[in-house]
Amino acid sequence: MSAVPGTSRRSVLSAAFVVARRDFTAILFSKAFFFFLIGPLVFLGISGAAGYVGANAAGSAPDPRLGVAMAPADAAAMVRAHETLDELVDLPPIETVTGAEANDIPALLADKDRNLAAVVTGTPTAPALHGTQDRIDRWKGDVALMAAGARGDAASYPEVTLFPAATSRASEQAAQAGTATAAITLLFLLCMLLAGMVMSNMVEEKANKIIEILAAAIPMDAVFLGKLFAMLAVSLVGIAVWGSVALAVLVLGASALPPLPVPAVGWPLFCALFLIYFAMAYLLIGSIFLAIGAMAPTVRDVQTMSMPATILQLGVFFLATFAVSSTGSPLELAGIAFPLSSPYVMLARAAQEPVLWWHAAAIAWQVLWVVLFVRFGSALFRRVVLKSGGAGREKGKWRALFTRGGA
Amino acid sequence: MTMETALSEIPSAADASPPSPPRALAIEARGLVKRFGGTLAVDGVDIAVPEGAIYGILGPNGAGKTTTLRMLLGIIDPDAGVRRLLGHDRPHEVSQLVGYLPEERGLYPSMKAYEAIGFMGALRGMDLARAKARGRELLEDYGMGYAADRTIRQLSKGMAQTVQLLGTFVHRPRLVILDEPFSGLDALNQGKLEKLIREWADEGTTVIFSTHVIHHAERLCDSVAIIAGGKVPYAGPVDVARDRIPAQVRLETKAREGAWRRALPDSARRERDFWYFPLPESGIEPLLRALIEGEAGIQSLSIERAGLHDAFVEIAGEAAARELAASAQEQQEKRA
Repeated sequence: MSAVPGTSRRSVLSAAFVVARRDFTAILFSKAFFFFLIGPLVFLGISGAAGYVGANAAGSAPDPRLGVAMAPADAAAMVRAHETLDELVDLPPIETVTGAEANDIPALLADKDRNLAAVVTGTPTAPALHGTQDRIDRWKGDVALMAAGARGDAASYPEVTLFPAATSRASEQAAQAGTATAAITLLFLLCMLLAGMVMSNMVEEKANKIIEILAAAIPMDAVFLGKLFAMLAVSLVGIAVWGSVALAVLVLGASALPPLPVPAVGWPLFCALFLIYFAMAYLLIGSIFLAIGAMAPTVRDVQTMSMPATILQLGVFFLATFAVSSTGSPLELAGIAFPLSSPYVMLARAAQEPVLWWHAAAIAWQVLWVVLFVRFGSALFRRVVLKSGGAGREKGKWRALFTRGGA
Repeated sequence: MTMETALSEIPSAADASPPSPPRALAIEARGLVKRFGGTLAVDGVDIAVPEGAIYGILGPNGAGKTTTLRMLLGIIDPDAGVRRLLGHDRPHEVSQLVGYLPEERGLYPSMKAYEAIGFMGALRGMDLARAKARGRELLEDYGMGYAADRTIRQLSKGMAQTVQLLGTFVHRPRLVILDEPFSGLDALNQGKLEKLIREWADEGTTVIFSTHVIHHAERLCDSVAIIAGGKVPYAGPVDVARDRIPAQVRLETKAREGAWRRALPDSARRERDFWYFPLPESGIEPLLRALIEGEAGIQSLSIERAGLHDAFVEIAGEAAARELAASAQEQQEKRA
């Protein structure tokens, strides 16, 4: 037991732990949690199925081809080898390229009409393969097989020299912006889902008349903190489950999936920052929704009262999405300064900029606002719902809102 | 002026009681005021509850009982006035020494009975595992061991109420505050609760409860605060309240008229064969003598001490007494 020295009560954190433990256990073993857990998985499953159907529909589109830009004799030998071997193994379709255009490999790869995913140059003895890293990794074995067949020595395979197509800074940035947008979208969806759940939890608490017992035994700050952190812990369990499924899908389907653009801070740190910013974004919006849930007398009132907060959340999401494409702009800086959008914008930054100290500063800033929001929410609850007065305080009403008062 | 000085300097209604051995105060409140919007719910309440006492707050619905208790517990802060619980002016600082049963009962429906008691113990500072074990013990002691593993939603309303009551005491508090504890209980469980309250008091626990049923207060309490319209017109020992009204004499005579009639006070009233009047200040002996000498032919004579109900009427007025009766009636109907 952790009592406050000189008193006979639990500390705020200790009391919050009691509430959080109860809520966490209750939610984890509830039917609602099961649906919470499988909801996104069903969504992912449906998306996957839709993707599969889409891919099948797109199957009528021409397969990516391997361009052969060699001397005419070598090219003819490669075509013959392809014809012979294609009956035995599944090789990519090939297309010979001749003339001056055979010398401009980037143009060949960019030519949408040709649909060339890679181009082999050189000779059957010393073939060279040009294309995206992913594609040349996948086709280098096929090229070695064809080259060996072309030179009439199927017993030894020539070394294939790989020339990955250089990625431009612009395309790298575009890919990272995509990662940023995907991350903040995920963050937004998770926060909305959880904020709604924490609000329902509080309304249920009021309906069960438990709140009076809690308010008499422990400070309201502890009740709020406990409820917020319980839901955070629940969501982390959810993220762990969803993350494991996603990881399994990535591992099993690596060959079928396009390469993921690496965020600027690298995947391990990006994942860690995602968790931290998720916690901050959830605690900030969750404390607002919790206060709404605490003050709303009925479920209908909850819907009405939460509307402005939902709109605010949407605004924050759009601001963060817009800021992705304007790193360093006043708008982005404003997004970082505004507590509710700060986690989103900073997560987008993590995807696009490698500088780390910004994150330390932003997290400290967000923690400060979490504390203020929780205190404000609990003080508002005491004032509005419990209709607590302020006897014995020689403070202004505004200051009194942030103090525990007589309680 | 410090709050401590302020409290000791303000006289209370309890100060008017006969001298008794000084006891530390478990609850001390002076001039508590609470407004809800334009409504003055509590208007300058003074209460002093000695440690170890059973103390009742008696008043009709809407009199301000619950608001007063909530202010004492620190659930809400008063708009004016001071309060002290077990010597602390911040009630939450002694929350581990206090047990509270709110008027509106509340438990998590999916919790098992012993878990609910355990949770309430944990809120008040107990280790959860120990609190749950104690929850089982309390349920066994109360004859509800068979229901320990049932969820709250599987229990009847009365049983759930008992679970909450036991949760109020699981951490062995020094002070128990019960808001309308008898409400919703059948006669059997009301008796059990009365017994429990007496046992707690015997162990040195201070018990304060609100009620609008005078009999509970009369049977259990050492002292009461009578509250009506947000004010406390009386706070002190039950005996002192009853002694405010002179004992009533009930007299039955053979003779209808005679000289003996002059011995009766002017306020004497006749109902059927009986005369009722307050016991004269001179005592019973001169009255008896006058009746005998006046050949009244005494058939029966009894002296009845005023009950708490009479004291309530005397102190709070007829209107408040009617409201009190209506509240009790309402509670009875709800239970039925």
